[in-house]
Amino acid sequence: MESWEILLQQVINGLSLGAMYALLALGFTMVYGIIELINFAHFNIFMVGSFIAMWLMQLMGFTGQSHILYGLPLVGVLVLVLCVTMLSTGVLGALIERYGLRALRGVSGTAPMITTIGLSYILFNVILLTTGADTKNYSNPMPNIRWEIGDAVLRLREVMLWGVSIVLMVTLHYFVRRTKMGKAMQATAQDQEAARMVGVDVDRVVVITFFIGSALAGAAGVIFGLYYNYTSFIIGYTAGLRAFTAAVLGGIGNIPGAMLGGVLIGLIESLGGQYIAVRWTDVIIFSILVLVLVFRPTGLLGRAAPTKS
Amino acid sequence: MPISDAPQTQSQRRPPLLEFNDVNTYYGELHVLKGVNYRVGDGEIVCLLGGNASGKSTTMKTILGIVQPKSGAVTYAGQPINRLPTAERVKRGIAPVPEARRLFPRMTVLENLEMGAFTRTDTDEIESDKERVFALFPRIKERLTQLAGTLSGGEQQMVAMGRALMARPKLLCMDEPSMGLSPAFVEQVFDIIQAINKQGTSIFMVEQNANMALSIADYGYVLQTGEVVLHGSARSLRDNEMVQQAYLGEMKAQ
Repeated sequence: MESWEILLQQVINGLSLGAMYALLALGFTMVYGIIELINFAHFNIFMVGSFIAMWLMQLMGFTGQSHILYGLPLVGVLVLVLCVTMLSTGVLGALIERYGLRALRGVSGTAPMITTIGLSYILFNVILLTTGADTKNYSNPMPNIRWEIGDAVLRLREVMLWGVSIVLMVTLHYFVRRTKMGKAMQATAQDQEAARMVGVDVDRVVVITFFIGSALAGAAGVIFGLYYNYTSFIIGYTAGLRAFTAAVLGGIGNIPGAMLGGVLIGLIESLGGQYIAVRWTDVIIFSILVLVLVFRPTGLLGRAAPTKS
Repeated sequence: MPISDAPQTQSQRRPPLLEFNDVNTYYGELHVLKGVNYRVGDGEIVCLLGGNASGKSTTMKTILGIVQPKSGAVTYAGQPINRLPTAERVKRGIAPVPEARRLFPRMTVLENLEMGAFTRTDTDEIESDKERVFALFPRIKERLTQLAGTLSGGEQQMVAMGRALMARPKLLCMDEPSMGLSPAFVEQVFDIIQAINKQGTSIFMVEQNANMALSIADYGYVLQTGEVVLHGSARSLRDNEMVQQAYLGEMKAQ
């Protein structure tokens, strides 16, 4: 491989990882933006999402890579699996908020955050104890279509991953900017009491924010399985921590920041792995995080402490 | 304790839109409102005077349902609203202009105004109310696409009032409308409050600038450490010696 082909290949890989981290980072950043809570259950909502999608495909008769689909049937199955998974993880996130966290709202200190860690452990252990510790071969109906650009390879699954991520992020952007509920979310993030005073039902905004963030985590879970062809009870930690880093890097609470941070972390991971050493990936990622936070504590796109006018 | 002419004035007042009967509000252990009674007649301007920590802001929060009273009744348009959530009160026509404005700083002026109409679905009427707000505050119209956080204090006060009017309220609750404004702006703000009142909106106003407030109000209450110590027509309060000493003294000296 020529050096430009290696670079191109790593950029393709990095953008794929990055799109997945970005989807996952959005959930962290949206919840933080609204109630200043870091939701560690998000790690494992993502993991549960990858399992739900796998079970769905098994129910439809796909085990491992036994049935390969093309064209419209492929799109149909993927869209169906994606929608059902997102709906399920969305409801899971909403339930966690409603019954696990709402009672703790307004409690100062670390109690709500610690609770999210506890909830995360519950999800982790439920999956571990019911499905076992082994790595699962993922049900995947995607054909191994690939395009060669020199020696670099672009596969259908990468195109699918980018497509899904872009559609979801554009939809989210439109939702937050243009719809009434989106405006209510912005208002709540900027000044919760003022939002309440113009008649926004803040409890509803919070539960919908959890729903949307968790649905995006579910989508990231589906993408993870289809991209890597496996899932396991443990996948939440590495991906979740990197996505969380992406949210902080971009400026926690900032939606475009989470997207940018996700893509950057993905590129750092793949390029760092190529040009420095795979083993050093985490060191590189977290060193960059520390440096950014030292010189720009609000993250790349974050603002200084919100001015309460 | 009502002052001398209060009984007559009471009976001459218009039918009540908002009433507090023996309301007690607590913050944890702290007894903030101690059995207070207020009454805002339909179409009136009523002002609430009081020093720091007298319970003025708590009164506002109790009206809006941001804090709940421990006992006593808050009645609005003939119905008890004690247990209603804030959103429902806004829907029924109570709109706040909060202390320090509390605009959404990273939304545009237009978006802030539209948030004021959040509970409404009558799109056409909302548009015509926007025009009404622009007529009251021509300056707002020049700033529609600007982020609210970048406006001056006076402009923010206008947007905050405009935002409240977008709810098409029956009762406008204003917390310190003159705070932090230049004297020229203060006068303008009070003129506009009167104009809004003439268009049929009742106004309940907490204000440090007693002189200004009493000059446009119909009725007033004086709150001290959570208790109503004095109430009466705005004129009788202005003539009252205690009010003059405590709240109007400075103005006289100038």
